Amino acid sequence: MAPNMNPKKVPIPEQKPEERIKNFNEVALGYTPEQAKEEAMRCLQCKARPCVAGCPVNVKIPEFIKQVAEGNFDEAYRILVSENCLPAICGRVCPQETQCEILCVRGKKGEPVGIGRLERFVADVAMEKGSQEIPEIKKNGVRVAIAGGGPAGLTCAGELARLGYDVTIFEALHALGGVLMYGIPEFRLPKKLVEKEIAVALKLGVKIEKNVIIGKSITVDELFQEGFRAIFIGCGAGLPSFMKIEGENLNGVYSANEFLTRTNLMKAYDFPKSPTPIKIGKRVAVIGGGNVAMDAARTAKRLGAEEVYIVYRRSETELPARAEEVHHAKEEGIIFKLLRNPVKILGKDGWVVGMECVEMELGEPDESGRRRPVVKKGSNFNFPVDTVIVAIGGTPNPLIRQTTPGLQVQKWGGIIVDEATMKTSKENVYAGGDIVTGAATVILAMGAGKKAAHAIHEALQEKELSSLV
Amino acid sequence: MYPILAKTKLNHNVDEMVIRAPFVARRCEPGQFIILRVDPEGERIPLTIAEYDAKAGTVTIIYQIVGYTTQRLSEKNVGDTLEDFVGPLGKATEIHPCKRVIGIGGGVGAAPLYPQLKKFHELGVSVDLILGARNKDLIILEEKFSKFCKNIYITTDDGSYGTKGLVTDKLKELVAKGEKYDEVIAIGPLIMMKFVSLLTKPWNLKTNVSLNPVMVDGTGMCGGCRVTVGGETKFVCVDGPDFDGHQVDYDELMRRQGMYKTEEAHVCKVGLRSA
Repeated sequence: MAPNMNPKKVPIPEQKPEERIKNFNEVALGYTPEQAKEEAMRCLQCKARPCVAGCPVNVKIPEFIKQVAEGNFDEAYRILVSENCLPAICGRVCPQETQCEILCVRGKKGEPVGIGRLERFVADVAMEKGSQEIPEIKKNGVRVAIAGGGPAGLTCAGELARLGYDVTIFEALHALGGVLMYGIPEFRLPKKLVEKEIAVALKLGVKIEKNVIIGKSITVDELFQEGFRAIFIGCGAGLPSFMKIEGENLNGVYSANEFLTRTNLMKAYDFPKSPTPIKIGKRVAVIGGGNVAMDAARTAKRLGAEEVYIVYRRSETELPARAEEVHHAKEEGIIFKLLRNPVKILGKDGWVVGMECVEMELGEPDESGRRRPVVKKGSNFNFPVDTVIVAIGGTPNPLIRQTTPGLQVQKWGGIIVDEATMKTSKENVYAGGDIVTGAATVILAMGAGKKAAHAIHEALQEKELSSLV
Repeated sequence: MYPILAKTKLNHNVDEMVIRAPFVARRCEPGQFIILRVDPEGERIPLTIAEYDAKAGTVTIIYQIVGYTTQRLSEKNVGDTLEDFVGPLGKATEIHPCKRVIGIGGGVGAAPLYPQLKKFHELGVSVDLILGARNKDLIILEEKFSKFCKNIYITTDDGSYGTKGLVTDKLKELVAKGEKYDEVIAIGPLIMMKFVSLLTKPWNLKTNVSLNPVMVDGTGMCGGCRVTVGGETKFVCVDGPDFDGHQVDYDELMRRQGMYKTEEAHVCKVGLRSA
């Protein structure tokens, strides 16, 4: 078959901006089988396969795409899940443009192959058909505990279960998925799909203990006493940071975490059918420029805000959000106030009425390599808003480090690990995801979970062998 | 799922429930709280722990029916289950051995006060107590407290039981009489804790309060429970719920408590209609 040499990706059908800002349904609608085959034909099946190296979980990209091109969608799914247990999720939320797709040879002249779109297509078809098979596993009876049921923990659990381990996930909330459930909005990642894909991944016999907080309900040391042989900590960077400026405790100021958790996990958009309420004003300012800021802004729009602003202290080039998210936000009428920073939140009768902001300009690059924003003297101005959402990241959950002697952490609270194995300073304890890196992506957390699973397997096998000698 | 093992009505508006929740009970300490959801689509609400039994794996909660979720909760009976029940959350009360303390429980605030005072008593501290409420019907747990409290003073707004007046009047009277306390532990409505703290501050009398603001997850993730303590923002769920009463910005907290008043009124109406 001759490859499809069209320099552009087959466009993915999407809901129109003017329609989608009125609902929480998914924005991108996904490829039809014909569109998927046409896009898959753009892959040259090159020998170098640079894309695979760019994937944190090393999905066999050309192999699965070849099967799509030939119409063997079941086989494509088998290849995909052999390396990635959450493909429908990753196809939607991975930053392919900086990982696999950026390395694609087709990208040199035109657009790279739409790897993410194809991954999503294959996973969706399999889920629709229910064609996921459960491999037969020989259980070894060795118990491993996972703290946190987010992307890192789920991946680690899935990998270990496949290797025969008796795995238990301890999750603090009432639902598995972590940021996939509470953080990423329904219109980007439908929750029904997350639940379904997690259920498939855990069909391997993983046990779930919801509503258990490691460090509160039970400690790491107690888990070892209970007979767990290794523990993986993947409980995220869940504590929201605030700006520490005047007025942040006024009514109408939310952390993005609270705003998104109320809307996604607690379904506040369905109030009063769902009993959890949310307050949304007419003019909403979201502080920050990452994916979470885009999610919060687009959510605010859908909740009925008339004007929604992204207020970010650097310029457009430095926006940490994915290009696609920024593009979607703009399409939906989100207004970008760049090189602006709030210095004070203004209130009346206890409620937000505006922000005092300053203008910024870019100076010399800082330690992150991005140009440092500097305040323009005397540029203060008032900006009337009635809701402020702070989306400037978070810090690691302190509960585990406070209750686990021997666990070494960074000054900012992140757990220190050996990057090759994700092993911590405490014996048989591994960690990965945002609690190690600080706020990062779903796929990096999954990569860490996978790496840790294999390191745990190796370590425990060695122990088994040495105990036999 | 978390089975309800016992349920008692303490008055027309307050229930006591014993829940089987081994993971919560095993590490429970006075001052901590739980978060529960009544049913699969339910809201998460925080409630303080009144009693716990690690061996039996049970936790006792006492709640006042104030809104949609507590109404739904009160419709559950022995044999029913709760969808979610997570904890123990928050820091345990720091109980310093001393000579003599006085607890002040306003309304349903008597419930979280109970394990704290009991612990003081177990450490050999002499414990006095003021229980206050609007009327006699709303005074709870008096008998339980009487097992270890040296003196119990009751105040009611309408004088239907004990002395007519406020808990602060009683405390003022006791101190004026020359009673000496090392610490006051005040738990009740924000307005009560505010005025107890205002009273004890000039006396330099250590006052510990327990806060129960709006929260979602209870593990530090949402930040909805922010409160200013000593000029600094704290998260009640992970830094509290106990704080030095003299440092808390009560006015800000009362305002924040009212953030969803309109929505709550709405959902209550909806709830009653469907009931």
